[in-house]
Amino acid sequence: MSGNFEPTGAELLRFLPEIVLTLAATFLMVLEPLTDRGAKRALPAIALLGLVVALFSAIMAQAQPGLAFSGMIVVDGFTTFFRVLVIAIGILTILISTNYLRQEGSEGGEYYALLLFSIAGQCIMIAANELIILFIGLEASSIATYIMAGYLRDDKRNNEAALKYFLLGSFATAFLLYGIAWTYGLTGTTNLSRVREVLLSPASPDTFLISIAAGLMFVGFAFKVSAAPFQMWAPDVYQGAPAPVSGFMSAGPKAAAFAVLLRVFLTAFEPVKERWEPLLWWSALATMIIGNFAALRQGNIKRLLAYSSIAHAGYVMVAVTAHSEIGTTAAMFYLAAYALTNLGAFALVTHVARHNERYVEVNDFAGLGQRQPVTAALLTVFLLSLIGVPLTAGFFGKFYIFRAALDSNLVWLTILGLLNSALAAYYYLRIIVVMYMQPPSETEEDDLLPMSAGIQFTAWFTAAAVIVLGVYPSLVLDFAGRSAALLR
Amino acid sequence: MHQLWLIPAFPLLGFLINGIFGKKFSKRAVSLFAVGSVLLSFLWVVKTLMAISPLETLYTEHYFTWIASGAALNIGFDLSVDRLTSVMLLVVTGIGSLIHIYATGYMAHEPGPNHGGYYRFFSYLNLFMFFMLILVLAANYLLLFVGWEGVGLCSYLLIGFYFVKKSATNAGIKAFVVNRIGDFGFSLAIFLIFIQFGSLDFQKVFAQAGGLADEVQAGVITATCLLLMVGAAGKSAQVPLYVWLPDAMEGPTPVSALIHAATMVTAGVYMVARSAPLFNHAPIAMEVVAVIGLLTAVMAATIGMTQNDIKKVYAYSTVSQLGYMFLACGVGAYSAGIYHVMTHAFFKALLFLGAGSVIHALQGEQDLRNMGGLRSKIPVTFLTLLCASLAIAGFPYTSGFMSKDEILVAAHHHSPAMFWIGVITASMTAFYVWRALFLCFFGRYRGSAHPHESPLVITLPLGVLALLSILGGFFRVPVWLEPVLGKAPEGHDPALVIISVAAGLIGIFLAWLFYVAKPGLPDTFARALKGLYTLVYNKYFVDEAYDAVIIRPVVDGSRTVLWKGFDVGVVDGIVNGVGSVSRGVGGILRTLQGGSIRNYAALTLLGAVLVLAAVAFTGGAQ
Repeated sequence: MSGNFEPTGAELLRFLPEIVLTLAATFLMVLEPLTDRGAKRALPAIALLGLVVALFSAIMAQAQPGLAFSGMIVVDGFTTFFRVLVIAIGILTILISTNYLRQEGSEGGEYYALLLFSIAGQCIMIAANELIILFIGLEASSIATYIMAGYLRDDKRNNEAALKYFLLGSFATAFLLYGIAWTYGLTGTTNLSRVREVLLSPASPDTFLISIAAGLMFVGFAFKVSAAPFQMWAPDVYQGAPAPVSGFMSAGPKAAAFAVLLRVFLTAFEPVKERWEPLLWWSALATMIIGNFAALRQGNIKRLLAYSSIAHAGYVMVAVTAHSEIGTTAAMFYLAAYALTNLGAFALVTHVARHNERYVEVNDFAGLGQRQPVTAALLTVFLLSLIGVPLTAGFFGKFYIFRAALDSNLVWLTILGLLNSALAAYYYLRIIVVMYMQPPSETEEDDLLPMSAGIQFTAWFTAAAVIVLGVYPSLVLDFAGRSAALLR
Repeated sequence: MHQLWLIPAFPLLGFLINGIFGKKFSKRAVSLFAVGSVLLSFLWVVKTLMAISPLETLYTEHYFTWIASGAALNIGFDLSVDRLTSVMLLVVTGIGSLIHIYATGYMAHEPGPNHGGYYRFFSYLNLFMFFMLILVLAANYLLLFVGWEGVGLCSYLLIGFYFVKKSATNAGIKAFVVNRIGDFGFSLAIFLIFIQFGSLDFQKVFAQAGGLADEVQAGVITATCLLLMVGAAGKSAQVPLYVWLPDAMEGPTPVSALIHAATMVTAGVYMVARSAPLFNHAPIAMEVVAVIGLLTAVMAATIGMTQNDIKKVYAYSTVSQLGYMFLACGVGAYSAGIYHVMTHAFFKALLFLGAGSVIHALQGEQDLRNMGGLRSKIPVTFLTLLCASLAIAGFPYTSGFMSKDEILVAAHHHSPAMFWIGVITASMTAFYVWRALFLCFFGRYRGSAHPHESPLVITLPLGVLALLSILGGFFRVPVWLEPVLGKAPEGHDPALVIISVAAGLIGIFLAWLFYVAKPGLPDTFARALKGLYTLVYNKYFVDEAYDAVIIRPVVDGSRTVLWKGFDVGVVDGIVNGVGSVSRGVGGILRTLQGGSIRNYAALTLLGAVLVLAAVAFTGGAQ
């Protein structure tokens, strides 16, 4: 390591998205107390601007790939892919949230600042080439998300969700930190590439001890992606948190956590893969089964989507288990496809839930096909993509995941995964059936307004993206494939 | 790059605009987008074809990799044109434009909300154009299949357009189900092609077709071609799958003209002609194609002679003419088949549009027995239908004469018996088409409506098509197609031409004798040949036979064995079993998912122990 802490211009460019996001978030925090009620409408616009600038700087950083800050940060195609993804998720989340917050009478700058901090944390995680930086990013992301889950202070459900998420999240993070400590103790470094070199060298420590370190870190990551057996928090938190935040949690933090899981296990711990492969195998299977079986009988749509989110984490886990280039490509594509689909779905759930989230039961969607045909049609597109019907992004996502699994000889996992995805069709189709084939309930007053502009944009944009990726997957797949090839 | 993708993109755009926003548009706006998009597509076809000429080999544009799996399966979104495609493109977009214009007049007076679904009609019609153009432009079998299925979907939607009418929805379902059988065969053929050649690209497949060993040609290629023919028979209404097409006349008349006469139903012929390099190595399959074509031609022509619904007459005529096209392909004269596709598109679209004009004039009357004497009341319609009837009867130098002659000569080259059956069929064709013409326009008016001539948007397309029906044969398609499909058999024997012309004239004369000169004759004949007449009038009882032999057993079997036996007994048993198991599992999960943070933390700890045990003890075994 050099003692020179003066960063070069290229290094700053590689870290530019994080810098932009942090500055924008801090600016929002400062601005918040200085604006009166009427001017608060400008705050989401500033947040959006910050995200758009961050998006461009992430793309610009890709022009200068390489390491930064003594090898603590790495910018490669993989980093750029996930940075662009989480920043885009942030933009869509803001579009879903503005009207929601206005409706709940809680328009505040801190919401947007927290969102930006969370995304900055995720970008740091994604770009981290070093376990301590990774941990800092993960914590920055998580703490901001904990607060967002309880953003509506006076709402009991929000409070419960935030507290649960915070306590359990901290508990799981402790395992991660412990795993990092073990890794450092065994290899004498926290740099991912160095860890790999040490493990490959003749002086490698005992694989039994290293696998303990990997296992401890897996606990932390599995919690963040809501993989079994650490998925318990997800249904409670998704159900309790504000609907736009649930949508965000199912997309952004999850994608970032999978990114670090992929990077750590496929680079640093790759030499001991025969140790963790069976673990991931079982975790993937258990995650799919728990998610899908529990979702079968859910009446609350947010809870149903939470279990569905667990199940989808299971599918991505299948791709990670394959630990191959196509496996990584498939996981990347799937996470992008799932994020788009789920944000679209949560946008519409937010829309139908209305003030105080009174309508979040599946039965509240009865007759939506007649009351708001466009809303119902868009939601149908998302549900079909979640099922994995051809011509949607979800189809190619599942297709490439299971193909990667077959190429890695995970025959049984593929069969069981496919059976699971067949089972999943049941609970998604049920929503479609309720929307189109059941009359609207008599008692409910008909106060469903037209979609707000932000939700409308998000829903149309994500629906279009879902279909475009369902016809033309190479749009994302090619870049993902090239990036996955670099991940070594 | 010549931006071939724009050709299907225009109608797709029209579909999206009308499909999404059409409900709020005025009828004018809907017509503008629908007709405009197809016209643009037509202009783009003309522009590209002129730019790419001479088109002697397949010109392909690759846009993106659509599906890639493993080393072998790599399917691109590729579009291509050559001379064969050029003919189809011009027919589809050219005739398509005319029919779209016609339809704006024909559909203008639909009752009901949104002008009877005016926007819905045109968005379906544009969607059809999109899929048809994909079908024609596809550079591989899978993309062709996408278009193939897409046009099937649109056909279904448009047959059942008047969905409140039970018979219309039934006809839609019938078309869809019958086509399933054909499409199943087609998809099996695609699998076989992929297994044999490792690719679905036309160029790669055809390049390999010649170099195969004899036993492969005799086995796999023959099987592939027979399966392709099953697919073609479904789409192009050949024996034994033709039964859906006559029922498809439940759709609005412009649909009958566009989809069920001029374009979609000829897709099977196009597919066979496109696969000519395969068929050329499968003589047995070609013989089957020829025989099926001939059989269809004869059978449908006989039925056509006895029908009283003007659209049904023309529908059976379509089935019969499609039989001719397959006969041409089967005897190796693919270019003659495509020639007939084109001329048939001219005169059959005109027959249907003319019939539509008659029906329009008579406020929905379709029964020939309630028409008559309309010659003076709707003269433009009469004159144009006269042109079409001359063409289909093979009157010298009309378009129908040119292409039919080409087919019959090729058939004679292959087997004189086929020629003679073809000639007799031609005679019957002339008879039933002229019978319809005489019943409709001559004699005394037998109905009660007040006929009026149709507006210009209807008569203008009729006029253009009439011109094409008479003169369209001078587009020498077989010569144009020579570089792609090879030379048609030589040897124009004037005697053959005279025989086929005479056959057509005899048919016309008999129709005149039966329905103008001596109107009592048909009944005398029907009585004298009662058994035969009843058999033909009831379409050989084919629908009834299918119902008794296939549909009834399937329905009964489904009801007793599959539904009450298997579904209720086995499936429901399993589902309920799974249900109670998952309820049980759900119960356990619910206990675990109690909401208490302390329990969750304890479970997390337990999970961590499990994880550590797993990494420490299981993986190390390897």
